[in-house]
Amino acid sequence: MSLALAVAAGILVSGGLYLVLQRTLTRVVLGFGLLSHGANLVLLAAGGRAGAVPLVDGRRGMADPLVQAMILTAIVITFGITAFLLALAYRSWQLTRDDQVEDDREDRRIARLATRRGRR
Amino acid sequence: MTGPSRSPILDVGSRAVFHTVLVVAVYLLCSGHNAPGGGFIAGLVAGAAFVLLDAANDFDPAARRGRLPPEVLLGAGLAVAAATGLTSLAAGATFLESDFVSLSLPGFGTVKATTALVFDVGVFLLVLGMVLAVVDRLGEEPE
Amino acid sequence: MNALLALPVGLPVAGAALALLCRRSRPAQRAISTGVLVAVTGVALVLLREVEASGPVAGQIGGLAAPLGITLVADLFSALMLVFASVTVLTVLVYAVGQRGTDVHRGVFHPVYLLLTAGVCLAVLTGDLFNLFVAVEVMLAASYVLITLGATREQVRSGMTYVVVNLLASTLLLVAIGLVYAATGTVNLADLSVKLGDVPGGLRLALALLFFVVLGVKAAIFPLFFWLPDAYPTAPTPVTAVFAGLLTKVGVYLVIRVETLLFRPAFPGPSTLILAVAAITMLVGVLGAIAQNDIKRILSFHIVSQIGYMVFGLGLFSLAGIAGAVFFVLNQIVVKTSLFLVCGLVEHATGTGSLARVSGLARRSPLLAALFLLPALSLAGVPPLGGFVPKLALVEAGFALDRWAVAAAGLLAGLLTLFSMTKIWTGAFWGNPEPAAAGERLQLPGIMVGATAVLVAATLAVGVAARPLYDLSERAAAELLRPDGYVVEVLGR
Repeated sequence: MSLALAVAAGILVSGGLYLVLQRTLTRVVLGFGLLSHGANLVLLAAGGRAGAVPLVDGRRGMADPLVQAMILTAIVITFGITAFLLALAYRSWQLTRDDQVEDDREDRRIARLATRRGRR
Repeated sequence: MTGPSRSPILDVGSRAVFHTVLVVAVYLLCSGHNAPGGGFIAGLVAGAAFVLLDAANDFDPAARRGRLPPEVLLGAGLAVAAATGLTSLAAGATFLESDFVSLSLPGFGTVKATTALVFDVGVFLLVLGMVLAVVDRLGEEPE
Repeated sequence: MNALLALPVGLPVAGAALALLCRRSRPAQRAISTGVLVAVTGVALVLLREVEASGPVAGQIGGLAAPLGITLVADLFSALMLVFASVTVLTVLVYAVGQRGTDVHRGVFHPVYLLLTAGVCLAVLTGDLFNLFVAVEVMLAASYVLITLGATREQVRSGMTYVVVNLLASTLLLVAIGLVYAATGTVNLADLSVKLGDVPGGLRLALALLFFVVLGVKAAIFPLFFWLPDAYPTAPTPVTAVFAGLLTKVGVYLVIRVETLLFRPAFPGPSTLILAVAAITMLVGVLGAIAQNDIKRILSFHIVSQIGYMVFGLGLFSLAGIAGAVFFVLNQIVVKTSLFLVCGLVEHATGTGSLARVSGLARRSPLLAALFLLPALSLAGVPPLGGFVPKLALVEAGFALDRWAVAAAGLLAGLLTLFSMTKIWTGAFWGNPEPAAAGERLQLPGIMVGATAVLVAATLAVGVAARPLYDLSERAAAELLRPDGYVVEVLGR
């Protein structure tokens, strides 16, 4: 496994994680794009070195075709889910004219309770 | 909404390119069994052709009239894919098992036609429907 | 033979396609969904009989031999899960059809519901780690759509949390699968169960815990449960019911499957870590439930608490413990679903599920009160109902291995469960109806009541048939702890 793949996966995942933790939905969607690319690179690295064309003449130094199939499947799934996330973000914008995740009502109530207690 | 954003170059260009892109999509679909390509890629390419056409029309819903609704494409694609799986089951083979026939077509030489191609057609329709649904829904004018 | 394994997945997918094609005709969609789910239930029953008689059954998709192809395999645990899941899915469908306004949204409900079923069936039947990821994704993608079906402000907000948390877990699951593949070069479960034996112990333990965390998010295990009580109550009742009854249980199924089949050597005895997590899950869930004032929210926290019991059984890694966990999972599927269906009936009839605003329902509809009381007592583990047997089995198993603390936590959580069920009972069912509604009988749609009654009858049946069901669970647990038959059936050697 090459160091370049590992480093690239690390950069993608850290960037993706940073974006996912934002409150803006569009950034969350972009973050998931990066995260899933990072995961795909990990899968690619799991397949070992690049090699000859698989399954044609077989045997020696063949590249692992299975990880490619797994990555393709993961990409397809990510494609569908990203579309759904975008639709959700769009709907949220339609409803609130804002791109941010709203506070949980329960959380707000508890926060209010805490400040009231603190004041007393 | 028609307005200054409608570009004549995009308009003419998209019409010129549209059918070529579709042919490329069909090529990718057919070559997918042994070469790079396949239903998913072909669906994306064909979807891109329609998106280009929509972009030239400024995502005007009126221009989409007369086109099959994406849900029908999604349903048909899923039906074809599921049917290939269940057909192989009915034929006494295992679920999704594929078979092929070698045809000699005049001018093409020998062509292998696999049942996996039928499955791929299902995937193609599904992905195309998906792309169109996304563009349709997200391109809707908010009320 | 193979057909029995492929049909529970293939039929719902084909049904979803047909339902999508005739999305303008609701009667046609309903007929398709009902037909498909009846067929799936039938197949599941035949499969259970087959597996019960002759041990695990395996088949290869596309005729490619394991470990190269994708394997479908049913042992006793998966066959039992399949039966309980398909019955539940079918009853909830009937309930949803009876409830006005559930299956209207652009004709999307039926196709997505069928895809959810396909995902659940595939997750239970698959014998391939990557295929398991795909199954979980199909199931979750369908659940994302169902949970935000109404696209109201509340649903979009809580749906977003649900989707983001689950997507993070899915990405990690993908990474975990990649790491397992890098370590062993295979993703076939049976093959892995052999090859992971050669992996160094530390690495094996790390992978086992990685899977525990990742699948723990789907199963809502402490501390990764926070998304559940937030997201579930906002969805329409039939959707919440099927999520509560099935999705987290499929998560638990996967945790049990992976930790026993693949990582058995990583846990030579009871795992203190898993047991501690189980105890905290039980207590935190039930304490959260006590603090709530809305029926749906109380029940949602109870899901978490009950998950703790199942993990408790797994953490013991003994025959009795896992048998108890298996029975617990099966019983919970019907009990939890029927409780949510009753809660839906209350909301349907009174317009709210808040304990502050509903009271005296027992006077206004004794039938509804009975439908609530039976599964509620079963949930709390009152004998002779179905919930009593697995709780007793688990606590006994805990004492047998000298794990006093966690067994005591189980007993305490059971007591608190009874307390919070009493809270619903006294709040919503006992007492006098509000003056405005006094004397008026509740108007309940017959189909919804009928579907709920069928499921409540199923919870009673679990109690009546506890002995044979426990025997089956014990055999399933034996298969899980010694998967030789499973491996031989899949790999053919």
